[in-house]
Amino acid sequence: MPFIPHTEQDVKDMLAAMGAASIDQLFDEIPASLRVKDLPPIPSQLTEMELSRLMRERAAKDVNTLNFIGAGAYEHHIPAAVWDVTSRGEFLTAYTPYQAEASQGTLQLLYEYQTMMASLMSLDVSNASLYDGGSSLAEAVLMAARTHRKNKTHRILMPATVHPLYRQVVKTIVSQQDIEIVEIPYDPATGKTSIAVLEKMTKENLTALVIPQPNFFGVLEDVDALTHWAHAQNALVIGVVNPLAMALLKPPGQWGKNGADIACGEGQPLGVPLASGGPYYGFLCCKQEHVRQLPGRIVGRTVDQSGKQGFVLTLQAREQHIRRAKATSNICTNQGLLVTASTIHMSLLGPTGLRKTALVCHQNLCALREKLSKLDGVRPLFSSHLFHEIVVELKQPVESVLTELAKNKIQAGFNLKKYYPELGNALLICVTETKTPEDLDLFVSQLHDVLRGLAHV
Amino acid sequence: MSELIFELSQKGRCASAQVPHVVNDKIDIPLEWLRQDIPVLPETSELQVVRHFTRLSRRNFSIDTQFYPLGSCTMKYNPRGVHRVAMLDGFLNRHPLALEMNSQGYMECAYELQEILKAVTGMKGVSLTPMAGAQGEFAGVAMIRAYHRSRNDLARTEILVPDAAHGTNPASAAQCGYKVREIPTDVEGNVDVEALRAAVGPQTAGIMLTNPSTLGVFEQQIQEIAKVMHQAGGLLYYDGANLNAILGKVRPGDMGFDVMHINLHKTFATPHGGGGPGGGPVAVSERLIPFLPMPTVTKTTEGFYRWLTEEDCPQTIGRLSAFMGNAGIILRAYAYARLLGKEGMHRIAEYATLNANYLSMRLKQAGFKLAYPTRRASHEFIITLKNEAKEWQITALDVAKRLLDYDFHAPTMYFPLLVPECLLIEPTETESKQMLDAFADVLIKIMHEAKTNPELLKNAPYYLPVRRLDEVRAARELDLVYKADAEKVVAE
Repeated sequence: MPFIPHTEQDVKDMLAAMGAASIDQLFDEIPASLRVKDLPPIPSQLTEMELSRLMRERAAKDVNTLNFIGAGAYEHHIPAAVWDVTSRGEFLTAYTPYQAEASQGTLQLLYEYQTMMASLMSLDVSNASLYDGGSSLAEAVLMAARTHRKNKTHRILMPATVHPLYRQVVKTIVSQQDIEIVEIPYDPATGKTSIAVLEKMTKENLTALVIPQPNFFGVLEDVDALTHWAHAQNALVIGVVNPLAMALLKPPGQWGKNGADIACGEGQPLGVPLASGGPYYGFLCCKQEHVRQLPGRIVGRTVDQSGKQGFVLTLQAREQHIRRAKATSNICTNQGLLVTASTIHMSLLGPTGLRKTALVCHQNLCALREKLSKLDGVRPLFSSHLFHEIVVELKQPVESVLTELAKNKIQAGFNLKKYYPELGNALLICVTETKTPEDLDLFVSQLHDVLRGLAHV
Repeated sequence: MSELIFELSQKGRCASAQVPHVVNDKIDIPLEWLRQDIPVLPETSELQVVRHFTRLSRRNFSIDTQFYPLGSCTMKYNPRGVHRVAMLDGFLNRHPLALEMNSQGYMECAYELQEILKAVTGMKGVSLTPMAGAQGEFAGVAMIRAYHRSRNDLARTEILVPDAAHGTNPASAAQCGYKVREIPTDVEGNVDVEALRAAVGPQTAGIMLTNPSTLGVFEQQIQEIAKVMHQAGGLLYYDGANLNAILGKVRPGDMGFDVMHINLHKTFATPHGGGGPGGGPVAVSERLIPFLPMPTVTKTTEGFYRWLTEEDCPQTIGRLSAFMGNAGIILRAYAYARLLGKEGMHRIAEYATLNANYLSMRLKQAGFKLAYPTRRASHEFIITLKNEAKEWQITALDVAKRLLDYDFHAPTMYFPLLVPECLLIEPTETESKQMLDAFADVLIKIMHEAKTNPELLKNAPYYLPVRRLDEVRAARELDLVYKADAEKVVAE
């Protein structure tokens, strides 16, 4: 029996010791009418060898060709040591560290992670992770509403340049409460959120402004001016940022005069593979004064009874297992293992390595922008400074271009039609440090050929 | 003593094999938008990093190294073969927004897992996207709300939760904007049906139940509870945390539940990773299908798999994750389900129940007090140390800490809240009789220590990397990030 160690003799002995006739008798408190007679069709059991073969065949169908899709999930080199160490059974198969003395490895690692992430964001504190970037933004919005006690109802300004799928997640999660999400249109020339547009908004019950950096278009926002504006209206600032970019760009805690109040986002770029969209992890950092409204697990350093340093889960009175219906969030299980990978990843690269990686991403994008701007039928849409991604308008329908390029083993980017129909045939292209000059040339020449081919159809 | 990684750091050091070549410093971003300071990240070599984190890992208890009978958490063996197939290149490098034509392998696995989960739960629709049990609960309650609203039934503002429920249940209901009303438990560990009858009304949106309950017993009047709820117009939510107890034996759909979540990191053996990731797919009856969170996978008549999104299902409660949930966990759960197959599903519940009943019998014979001695244990059971606490001034916490010294992870302590000085013990089906006997012997030995030398327990553990930790100080003198100058951040 797979994964069940009992011998026939064991079962006999155990039943005899209990005075039970059969295992089935142990279910005698369950009404007979409820007992399953026969399960509907489920495939028969496989051996590990058969399973491996089946899964290899399936995995082979997911052809991972030269990839230029970003849109919230970024392909980076992950050092071999990251997942080698992360996959150790002691990390992989431990539970949430409720028994602190038996979980010092995980707890110390989380303390180290909190230090690294808070510092990367230039904020005071970090929690130990949430589910993903989208849900971390939702939790940040809920946190802002709890923090901004003066307002009875809450209006959150949400630029249309925030990841459209994050905005959908926020809508699902916060729509059950008295929070209104107001979408802020972007400036069509720059692809940025402008103060002029913000000025036209109702300023009543303004609880927070969300600022993406870089935004969904890869465009850098005027974070200082936006932060300054929001604070002048007595609103909180929530930065939703790419953590890798923060090794190069000004981090949320340094925006404007006083810095953003909360920073959140997707931790995937720091050592987590694309993996079909998850598991990733969401990060959430804030200023010290808001720490009691921070949702999720938090690790603190303390001492044991002999005065030796040790680590525990702390501020647990915020959490569901203590506070139940009045908790800051319902979150229990988080994404600990991904944080383990990220902590190892950040340790390997260090401040210099992370900055260099971010710099090469930016330089590769600039190189691609230059090559694309010389291409017929391709027009970069926004005149702005960029990180990771660029929006271009194509002369041909994006869907056909993507399909044709996929046949040539290139995943050319993300089609913006569904979420930004006003941009026409717009394609979001991502370049990271993983691309060589030859990759960029191949991409541009294939795009050129496909566009020409489609024009002649 | 394990130093912090920051204490190994030396300025100018880097694991340089991991860093891309930088040809020049050209940058097309204005200076005032760039970072000027250096973040507090360690400057360490590759060997230092590998050694540091390998050493940290050895300061953990885990399923791979210890028996881990943590009640309500189903700490069963996480098969290595399952982990390996989920890490295949095709899956690992697939971009979540890749074209469907480049994603058929993953989508086929996800689709088949949806079908398997329908079969074992007796439900009619499944969405795999919730990323943990609590998010599944949120999705489930949000669907209950959407269902009532779609019928223009706006008076239902209350969710009922038994007092023995997991803390996430009331927290999830509150996050969906509901008032939470607690229902008491009777002396036999069942929901007090008379109290339930008195509590329901036109304000009742639904009830959240675990069955077997967190008390480790099967809710025998479940059909009556379903009748009371449905007659009042409310729906039944099944908290799948304890599904391991009944997998393949009884199905929530047949018990009358309308919506549920499944903890893949419990019942379907995906590793818990020191706190996550988990997986919390939701399964629903026919009438809730329109509200399922997106995306889900469907199969066309030509055998092509495609995503169903908001356009296909306009009544959906929406999205819970930016992409499609914890795909890697979904793959592992699928692989595990294939290794079990139809033949293996019911064995999970059978051997989990056998192990729990055997261990509870051994402890009872040794003089431990079971919280519900007249009931059959399900996959877990509770002992209460109320008498021992009075007699020898020791607590359940002391016993738990002493167990760590004997190289066993402690059971869940002080939950459910209504049983004083309790330990909730869940051995799971993957542990052998030898292990159960060894655990029982050690608990018996600890009780002997409690009698003869209670101080020994009060100061445990002795043999772990640290002695008992000062949690009060941790909360009072908040030290949440390392500061190079060792200045502690003091709260308020």
